[in-house]
Amino acid sequence: MNSNRILNIVLAAYVGAIFTFVFAPILFSVIFSFNSQRFPTIPLGSFSTEWYVKILNDPDIWQAALNSLIVSSSTAVIATILGFCTAYSDFRYNFRFKGPYLALILLPPTIPLIIMALAMLAWLSKLGMSGQLWSIVLAHSVLTAPFAMAIIRLRLNQMDPDLESASWNLGGSEWATMRYVIIPFCKPAIISGLCLAAAVSFDEFAVSWFVSGLNKTLPVVILEIVQGNIDPQVNAIGTFVFLISMSLVILAQIFFVYRQMKSTNT
Amino acid sequence: MTKPLVVLKNVQKLFGDFVAVKALNLEIHEGEFLAIMGPSGCGKTTTLRMLAGLEEPSTGEIYMNDQVMNKVKPHERDTPLVWQSLALFPFLTVIENVEFGLKMRGINKSERKRRALEWLEKLDIIEFADRDISTLSGGQKQRVALARSLVLEPKILLLDEPLSALDAHLVIRMQAVLVQLQRELGITFVYVTHSQSEAFAMADRVVIMGNGEISQVGTPKDIYRSPQNKFVAEFVGRNNILSGTVFDLTNFGAHIKTVSGTFSVSLKTDKLLKGQEASFVISADLVHLSGSNPEAENSVHCKLISEEFVGSMVTLFLEDKSDQEFKVQMQERELSKFDLKPGSDIWLSWSAQSAHLLNVN
Repeated sequence: MNSNRILNIVLAAYVGAIFTFVFAPILFSVIFSFNSQRFPTIPLGSFSTEWYVKILNDPDIWQAALNSLIVSSSTAVIATILGFCTAYSDFRYNFRFKGPYLALILLPPTIPLIIMALAMLAWLSKLGMSGQLWSIVLAHSVLTAPFAMAIIRLRLNQMDPDLESASWNLGGSEWATMRYVIIPFCKPAIISGLCLAAAVSFDEFAVSWFVSGLNKTLPVVILEIVQGNIDPQVNAIGTFVFLISMSLVILAQIFFVYRQMKSTNT
Repeated sequence: MTKPLVVLKNVQKLFGDFVAVKALNLEIHEGEFLAIMGPSGCGKTTTLRMLAGLEEPSTGEIYMNDQVMNKVKPHERDTPLVWQSLALFPFLTVIENVEFGLKMRGINKSERKRRALEWLEKLDIIEFADRDISTLSGGQKQRVALARSLVLEPKILLLDEPLSALDAHLVIRMQAVLVQLQRELGITFVYVTHSQSEAFAMADRVVIMGNGEISQVGTPKDIYRSPQNKFVAEFVGRNNILSGTVFDLTNFGAHIKTVSGTFSVSLKTDKLLKGQEASFVISADLVHLSGSNPEAENSVHCKLISEEFVGSMVTLFLEDKSDQEFKVQMQERELSKFDLKPGSDIWLSWSAQSAHLLNVN
C-alpha cells in the first residue's frame, strides 16, 4: 500500500515534469507576448497588447497568415484523400509487396525534415515548380498524408468486414457502398485526419522555408523576424499559431476518441 | 413438387489448393425452409456465400429461375442475407438500417419509410425505430437484421447462423418467429447452421454437409431415424453405431456379428452379401433398459459410465465388456424406476426394426 503511494507520487511528478518541459516555453511565450518590455526578462513590465496591435497592422503578417491558411487547408484535403485511398487499399486488397508498399507510404515523417526539405527543393526546382504556394501544398501533402492514413486505417480495422458485403448484398454497388457505408463509417477518422494534417502543415517550418520562395507562411515569417532582431511580435504570432494548432489537434482527438467510445459502448 | 427456384449443378469452390466445396448438386424449391447443416469448415457458409454472389463458383453453375447466376454481382441479385455477425450499420438508426436496401434500389423517401415502418411493426420493434443500433439488445438487433432483409420482399432469404450469438431462451423464441414468418410469406429460407436442434426444429428439409460434400438430404425425421452413412449418424449424435460383418442372411434381414455380439437387423434392400462389412445404428431413444437379462434377440450387458440430465430427458452413457459405447435416451421419470449409479450393471435391448443399416462408404 505504502510503496504504491510512493510510486504514484513519483509517477505523477514524472508526468508533471514532462508537461512542464513541454509547455513552460510556450506558456512563457504567451506571457511575454503581453509584456510591454522589449526584452523577455523578469521582472515583467506592464500588461500590454502592443505587440498584437503591431502584428495586426502588418500587411506582411496578414499575407503570411493567409498563405498558411491556404496551404494548410489545401494540404489537409489532399493528404486526407491520399491517406483514405491508401488506407482503403490496405483494408480491402491483398497483394504482393503489400508490406513494402505500406512501409513506403509511412516513410515520409521518419525522414529528417531538413533532408526532406532539401530534396523537395531540388526536385521541384528541376521541374520548375518551386517558389509557388502550391509547391508548399505539394510537399506538405507528402509529409502529412501518412498521418491521415494511419488514423483512417485504425478506424477501418475496427470495421466488421461483413458491413461492406452486407451493403452489396442489399443492392449497393461498389460506389454506393463507398459513399453510404465506408465513408460514413470512417467519418470521425476522416475529420480527425483533416485536422491533424492541417495542424502539421500549419506550423511546419523547414519544408515551407525551402520551397516557399516569396510566398512565406507564418513560421517562415517568424524566423525572418527573429533573424533580424529580438521582437516580442514573435511571441504574439507564436501564441496565435499555437492556439490554431492545438485547437486542430484537440478537435482531431475529440472526433476520433469520442466516436470510438460511442461505437464500443454497447 | 414445384419447379426448383435454385439449382446448384456440380458446383465446386477452391481457395488456392483448398477445396471448400466439391461437386455440389442441390435443388432448392420455392417456399421451402431448407437447412444446411454440418460441422465448421464443411463448406456450408461458402455455399451460402455463392448463392449471394459473394463468392463465385470455381466450376459448375448456379441457376436461379433458370438463369445462370455465376457472374451476376451481389448487388444485382435479390438474395438478401442475414449475417452471423448481423452486420448492421452502426452509424445508422434502426429505421435507416431497414431502409438501406430500398434506398440502394432508388425508392423514394416516403415509400421507403412506409415500408420500413411496416416491417418494424411486423417484427415488433417499431418503438426502436429512431434508436441507435448500439442501444439494442441481441434479440432486438436480430429482428432489425431480419427486417432489413425482408423489407426487400425477396423470393429467397439466406440466413447464416443468425441465432448463434443469442441466449438459449431467445433462440427458441426466434425460431418460432422465423418459422412463422416463413410460413406467412411463403418464401424460400436457406438456413445455414451447425446446430441440429435449430435445423430440426425449423426446416422442411435438411442438407447435411461434411468435407465440402453433401452427405444426406432429407426431412429432419429421415435424417434422424435413417441416417445414410456413418458421418451423418455420428453428426446427428444420440445414436448407437455398431460395426461388424454379415454373419448370415435370413428372409427378414440379416445377422451382423460385432465385438459386442451378434444382432439382427431388418433390411429394406437385399444388396448385402454374407461376410461383408456392415454398420448399423440404433437411435438412443429406441433402446430399452432392463434390470435383468431380457432373453431377447438384441441385448447387451452394460455398465453405466455417466448420465446427462437435460430437463425431462436423460441420456445415459454406457459401455459393454468390449468397451463399445452405448447411449440411451429416456424420460427422467421412467429412469427413476431403476436405481442406477455409475458402475451399475444393466441390460440394453432393441427390436430388429429399430436398427438401421448404414451405407458402406
